[in-house]
Amino acid sequence: MKKTAKRDLFPGALEMMILQTLRRQPSHGYALVQHIKQNSHDLLQIEEGSLYPALQRLLKEELVKAEWGVSSTNRRVRIYKLTAAGARHLEREVSSFERMLEGITHVLAPGEL
Amino acid sequence: MNWLRQLISRQRMYGELSEEIREHLDEKTEELVAGGMSREEAAYAARREFGNVNLVEENGRDIWRWPSVENFFADVRYSLRMLGRNPLFTAVGLLTIAIGIGANTAVFSVVNSVLLKPLNYPRSQELVALHQIAPGAAGLADFRNGLLLSPSMYFTYAEQNRTFQALGVWFPDTANVTGLAEPEQVRAVDVSDGVLQALAVSPALGRWFSQGDQIPRGPERVMLSYGYWQRRFGGDRGVIGRNVLVDSRSREIIGVMPQGFRFLDTDFDLIVPLAFERGKVILAGFGYHGIARLKPGRTIAEANTDMIRMLPIWMDSWSNGPGTNPHIYETWKITPMIRPLKQEVLGNVNEVLWVVMGTIGLVMMIACANVTNLLLVRVESRQQELAVRAALGAGWARIVRGLLVESVLLGLMGGALGVGFAYAGVHFLVATGPANLPRLSEISIETRTLEFAFLLSVLSGLLFGLIPALKYAGRRTTLDLRSAGRTISVSRERHRARNLLVIGQMAMAVVLLVSAGLMIRTFAALRSVDPGFTDARRLQLMRIAIPGSLVAEPERVTRMQNEIADKLGAIPGVKSVGFASEMPMEGFDSDWDAVYAEDKTYSEGEIPPLRLYKHISPGFLETSGTRIIAGRELTWTEVYGLRPVAMVSENLAREMWGTPSAAIGKRLREYSSMAWHEVIGVLQDVRENGVQEKSPEIVYWPPIMKGLFGPGPGTVQAVRTVTFAIRSERAGTQAFQGEVRQAVWSVNSNLPLASVRTMQDVYDKSVARTSFTLVMLGIAGTMAMALGMIGIYGVISYTVSQRRREIGIRLALGAQRRDVLQMLLGQGARTALVGVAIGIVSALGLTELMRSLLFGVSAQDPATFAGVAVLLTFVALLASYFPARRAMLVDPTVALRYE
Repeated sequence: MKKTAKRDLFPGALEMMILQTLRRQPSHGYALVQHIKQNSHDLLQIEEGSLYPALQRLLKEELVKAEWGVSSTNRRVRIYKLTAAGARHLEREVSSFERMLEGITHVLAPGEL
Repeated sequence: MNWLRQLISRQRMYGELSEEIREHLDEKTEELVAGGMSREEAAYAARREFGNVNLVEENGRDIWRWPSVENFFADVRYSLRMLGRNPLFTAVGLLTIAIGIGANTAVFSVVNSVLLKPLNYPRSQELVALHQIAPGAAGLADFRNGLLLSPSMYFTYAEQNRTFQALGVWFPDTANVTGLAEPEQVRAVDVSDGVLQALAVSPALGRWFSQGDQIPRGPERVMLSYGYWQRRFGGDRGVIGRNVLVDSRSREIIGVMPQGFRFLDTDFDLIVPLAFERGKVILAGFGYHGIARLKPGRTIAEANTDMIRMLPIWMDSWSNGPGTNPHIYETWKITPMIRPLKQEVLGNVNEVLWVVMGTIGLVMMIACANVTNLLLVRVESRQQELAVRAALGAGWARIVRGLLVESVLLGLMGGALGVGFAYAGVHFLVATGPANLPRLSEISIETRTLEFAFLLSVLSGLLFGLIPALKYAGRRTTLDLRSAGRTISVSRERHRARNLLVIGQMAMAVVLLVSAGLMIRTFAALRSVDPGFTDARRLQLMRIAIPGSLVAEPERVTRMQNEIADKLGAIPGVKSVGFASEMPMEGFDSDWDAVYAEDKTYSEGEIPPLRLYKHISPGFLETSGTRIIAGRELTWTEVYGLRPVAMVSENLAREMWGTPSAAIGKRLREYSSMAWHEVIGVLQDVRENGVQEKSPEIVYWPPIMKGLFGPGPGTVQAVRTVTFAIRSERAGTQAFQGEVRQAVWSVNSNLPLASVRTMQDVYDKSVARTSFTLVMLGIAGTMAMALGMIGIYGVISYTVSQRRREIGIRLALGAQRRDVLQMLLGQGARTALVGVAIGIVSALGLTELMRSLLFGVSAQDPATFAGVAVLLTFVALLASYFPARRAMLVDPTVALRYE
């Protein structure tokens, strides 16, 4: 876990992005990684494997649930879905993250010192 | 119950995770292949993008578990596997630890049961022994019990004190019980009112003595011990109210004490009430042990002050008869020295036990050092494995933990085995009953001992695991990966730990062997002391009491004893027979009194030194082998003629008259109304109180005389309880003892024989504590030497195996085989010498702690120290020689081709 945390921007960021992605649409692990990578315009360096421990964590806290299904490319995959608790958790996380970002932005904004 | 569901479905989830990851990699590979990559390249790229699959899986699993606990169990499983894979190492390690922990646990159980546990009475910390000393009474220092209490002191203390809840006096006695089966001499305790109240142990059956049972010439009562009740009455509950004949007097049984109740440290059969006659009690008669229970919250210091306050009251309240000055006792400077009862019971055994515990502890440390050495070797051979684990992502802490789990596991398994050894050891110890250990029957392995064993196992596991773990877990792993398996020479630094351990072992072995050596010298010194009797093995002893109710008239008592002696003398193989009030070292309470010499002048109120006195029969000296220095032995004619004659010990003769021969013809007496007794013989000094104690000055009176028990109406009295000594080649055999019994019973069939044993038994018992210490230290020292030898052997062997190539090169370059041998022997000798030097210095300080156990040898005895140093150096050279010879025989070509 230490390694994932190091590669994330901050602890919990990867989880937040996963939850956000799943809110739009349930998907399996590979699709999740691809989606996050593309949408971050490859700015974030994410080791693909690090996704899975994060998913296990979310499963354990019952923020997502998983079912075996068949992917668009006809593979047997585990498809993750956001739970109600997951949706609430995401909202809380996003709003607290935005407050933090706002704070940082204020401090970093040039000229207002 | 969520966690439970998770726990159960975990295996499935792990499987799912692996499958999912596999699918992920497949999908990625397919995509890359579709993008135009070769399959091989694509699979590689997918893995690279993914990261460490194992680590991801492990991290994923970690989410579901309690990582610390489960890692711990994984470590345990792994350790067990590693231990199982190396059975020889495991067996040697386990055995070493098991012996160490077993010995320590056994000794600790003794220390715990004897020293640490409170006495087996309710609120036993309140119980005290009323010990007192009288520094002003010359001669009293020779008597081991200090100044005992007199009946008048008992009355004063019991009635006037402000600090005790209950107080009483007692003394150990023997009694003849007849009319049940064979006549039997049993152990009795005579107690005054207050003794049982102080001990506060309720009877299992019936009741305690009450005041009404302690009235002189009142109804006669008795209490039984549980053991005697079971043995003689089969545990019959109807025994209360029945009568038994004790010393030919009918006594009513009123109670039975519970199982496990012991009177201080004595096993007894009967408790007999003391009935002092208040009107006849005088100041003197200091023959009773005092025991009391402090009032809650009162201290021993307060009780001492209280007794000091009561001493003048005692002198004012009683007298020694008309015309005597009760305040002469002020010159004795009687001083109360109340002790906790526990201290009274334990005596000086705690010194022995702590010394033994200390030595056994040292053995444990040596054992730990050996196991550490073993582990160091093993960890070295496992470096590759450790390096692989580190490369696979195991952190430093994780590896240290793994190694520690392994060593602690080894410690615990060894400990479990050791507790088994300890059970056997304690069983053996209690069965053999060494050293007259007090509270021997209470020794057992209980919770506290098991806790100790557990703690010791864990601690030793950590101790011998820590050094290898810290040394190897943090090493730079890349180097080890590359070099492991190759026989490069070992760095000096890596060798240092092992050398230090061996030096420590040698040092500890020196300390133990020196202690053992000092005990051997002590024992030899004891053996060479002339105890005042000869050839104890061929001296049969037994004790016979003739109670007044059986034979009333004194002269008849002596005649009966004389007749018994004659009958015994007629047994085939008997050389001579005699009897005495007690044999040396038998440990009965001594009789003593002030002894006046006719040719000395005493100032008003002066009490001359107190002397031990004994009564011996004609023929006794020849039988025991006690030499006559001057004069002659008394005769039967003098005995029956009540002639006023006496004998004295050589040291008494020298003290009073300068030379033994000067004593002949001088006259002695105990008190003014006693006739002057003429000294007819001077006897060699006898080690009355044990070989280690100096011989006391003794006056020997005839077995029958006027006024034997102090100033009275001047009637004749005889000593009724005596020890018979029989000199015979057949002493100690069953057949002989049977014939002795028959001979005694042919005189009177109502006489029981007690303490049937040889003088050797008495002697052995008196030096038992020394021999026990000697045996324990001997075992510890031998173990230490063996372990130290293995340690040195191991280090040199290891050096040889590591330096095989180097030695091969040396030989190939022209080094002589002798040089190689010398080099390795030199290494062993240097290590040993450093260890021996440290050990000698430590021993110089530590042996001081056992000074009180030594006799006839200084705690810094040069011969012992030098002997041990030479012995250990020799042993170290021997241990180095075998591996060194192997090195010498290394074939250079083979060693070089080895790679």
